[in-house]
Amino acid sequence: MSAIAADRVWKYFGDFPALRGATLEAPKGACLALLGRNGAGKTTLLRILANLSRPSKGEVRVFGESATDEKVRARIGYLGHGIGVYDDLSAFENLVLFGQLMNVRDTKAAANAALERVGLTRVRDGFAREFSRGMRQRLAIARAFIHNPEIVLLDEPFTSLDDRAIAVLHGLLRDALTQGATIVMSTHQIREAMELATQVALLERGKIVHSGPRTDEMLADPGWLYRTYEQERQQ
Amino acid sequence: MREKAIYILGLLGTLLIVGNLYHIFLGMPGEAMQGQIGKMIFVHVPAAIAGFTFYGVAVIGSIGFLLTKDFKYDSLAVSSVEVAQVFALINLVTGSMWGHIIWGIWWTWDLRLTSQFMCFMLYLGYLLMRPAVAEATQRATMSAILAIFAAADIPLVIMAIRLHNVRTQHPAPVLETGGLAPSWWPPFLIAIVAFWLIGTALVLVRLRQETVRREIDSIRRELHAI
Amino acid sequence: MKQGLAAAWLIARKDLRTEFRTRDTINASVSFALVVLMLFSFAFDLGREEFYDISGGLLWLVYTFAGALIVNRSFVREVPNDCIDILIASPMPAWALFLGKVVAGFTLLMIVELVSLPVFGLFNNIIWLPTFWPQLGVMLLASWGIAVTGVAFSAITVNVRLRELMLPVLHYPLLVPLLIGAMQISTVLLKGQATDIFQELRIVIVFDLIFTSLALYLIEFILVS
Repeated sequence: MSAIAADRVWKYFGDFPALRGATLEAPKGACLALLGRNGAGKTTLLRILANLSRPSKGEVRVFGESATDEKVRARIGYLGHGIGVYDDLSAFENLVLFGQLMNVRDTKAAANAALERVGLTRVRDGFAREFSRGMRQRLAIARAFIHNPEIVLLDEPFTSLDDRAIAVLHGLLRDALTQGATIVMSTHQIREAMELATQVALLERGKIVHSGPRTDEMLADPGWLYRTYEQERQQ
Repeated sequence: MREKAIYILGLLGTLLIVGNLYHIFLGMPGEAMQGQIGKMIFVHVPAAIAGFTFYGVAVIGSIGFLLTKDFKYDSLAVSSVEVAQVFALINLVTGSMWGHIIWGIWWTWDLRLTSQFMCFMLYLGYLLMRPAVAEATQRATMSAILAIFAAADIPLVIMAIRLHNVRTQHPAPVLETGGLAPSWWPPFLIAIVAFWLIGTALVLVRLRQETVRREIDSIRRELHAI
Repeated sequence: MKQGLAAAWLIARKDLRTEFRTRDTINASVSFALVVLMLFSFAFDLGREEFYDISGGLLWLVYTFAGALIVNRSFVREVPNDCIDILIASPMPAWALFLGKVVAGFTLLMIVELVSLPVFGLFNNIIWLPTFWPQLGVMLLASWGIAVTGVAFSAITVNVRLRELMLPVLHYPLLVPLLIGAMQISTVLLKGQATDIFQELRIVIVFDLIFTSLALYLIEFILVS
């Protein structure tokens, strides 16, 4: 059984189809890199997987259940474009709040542990609005992982992260994979994606045009997938 | 096919109105107390009835959109609201004119005028909000909710105004005519039907415009995505 | 259901905590109320007894204008940093998120009203203390209606251009029946009359029930598109 699967998902904005029958499957424990040009529909697809948006047609299943089920949502972690923390709460308060919302037991301990993991223990009582950009990003990462999600959805996570945050995120993703989590991440940073990925999917104009394991070819030459499809398209 | 329907409905409605007006003004004597002016009732009240009918259609369209996410319901809703607003305006203006001619006042907060005015205001808000949302699905969802809220408010408005008038001892509805003379019913009903026909024709025209607009929007969006 | 209520409480506390840290909205609202009260004092040149006739009306005008400032911005708090996304993606049901925000908005609204009432009494020499408890009852009931509708509109218009301009066009007309009832009750209380206000009370309560249920039911459609 796949951990997360999108089955012939269509999404219309008005009459414009952003997704046209996108079918995607990530088996448990996989790290799926979702590639695609700007406007291909990566963010739209991820938002649907994360339950922020309902598909116009088709369905999403998580561990075999419907994605809208409450118990399922508590097992998903999401890191989108916005950092998803409150500027006027302290780092600690933010993590406690989101921990409680995600049904974490003993939230205070979990929050402290998360802060330590991302290296923000020193500023635990500082307000998020006072943080530097890199610190905000690390807080966002802490928030996304605080409930030890079995499925992690990330939308272009490595974009505009500073070095320290990249290292933290890399470490967390590796640890999550070791513990059997499933990761779906959309990315432009092809090199970093290929390192972590076990599966790769290419989204083009709302359709998944390639889906399969990450090959050594892709690892050696990250742009290979794009070029192959560019050539195919031109033929 | 639809074009034909529009033309037929429009024509029929117009013929009915013209024929009706002819009969009303040339074939009927004036009203007992108000003379010829009393014949305002053939426009004033049918306009209100037509207005409320189309508000009702708009609410049905709104519920339909929320349940099915199909844009034809949203188009139906906005078209119906626009047509309903026109009829509401006719009702308000004729009411004001009528009141001025007979009683010398341009406006009064009696039950009927006030509830019609509130309805007009609420759905005016609906129409004003729509252009402010760029994305079609968001716009349709927002509009649907507004239309439902507005409709839920109207019975409350009627309750409240009725109570308010009793408390403040307001004059009874200014335009209360206390029953229609038998010979007045046919032209009255014909006027209502005529308004319904014209209103439907207008809604159909507006529906087609909405469909075309959505197509253009999606084509434009597709072009920009390339 | 119980988990939903717990989540709603979390959201209400979060809203109140962030508001009391910055105090942006509540300061603006209280200042606005005081200024309007002052202007009303200049606007009317009535004798003391006559002023009681319009007292309820004026009071609720102040409450509505100042209150709308608070509740209409309720969902705007969630927009920076895309926090709204995280809340929607969480297991918390949409109705719980909405309820939490209404409770927070309602609390802030009550604070503004309780501050404004004595000032109103002071500026206009209105005696409000003897009938304070029934007055509080009306304030609680009618403010809930303002809060529920205001937060609902805030959710609907969170992505809308020119939100601040548009909201009065939508919110205030909708509140008319509620305000008619509340104004009448407040006037009767302040005048110390023994009039029966049951009908007005019924309108306020029915308004609250209808719009609370409608909003709770429809909020799912508003938040998840």
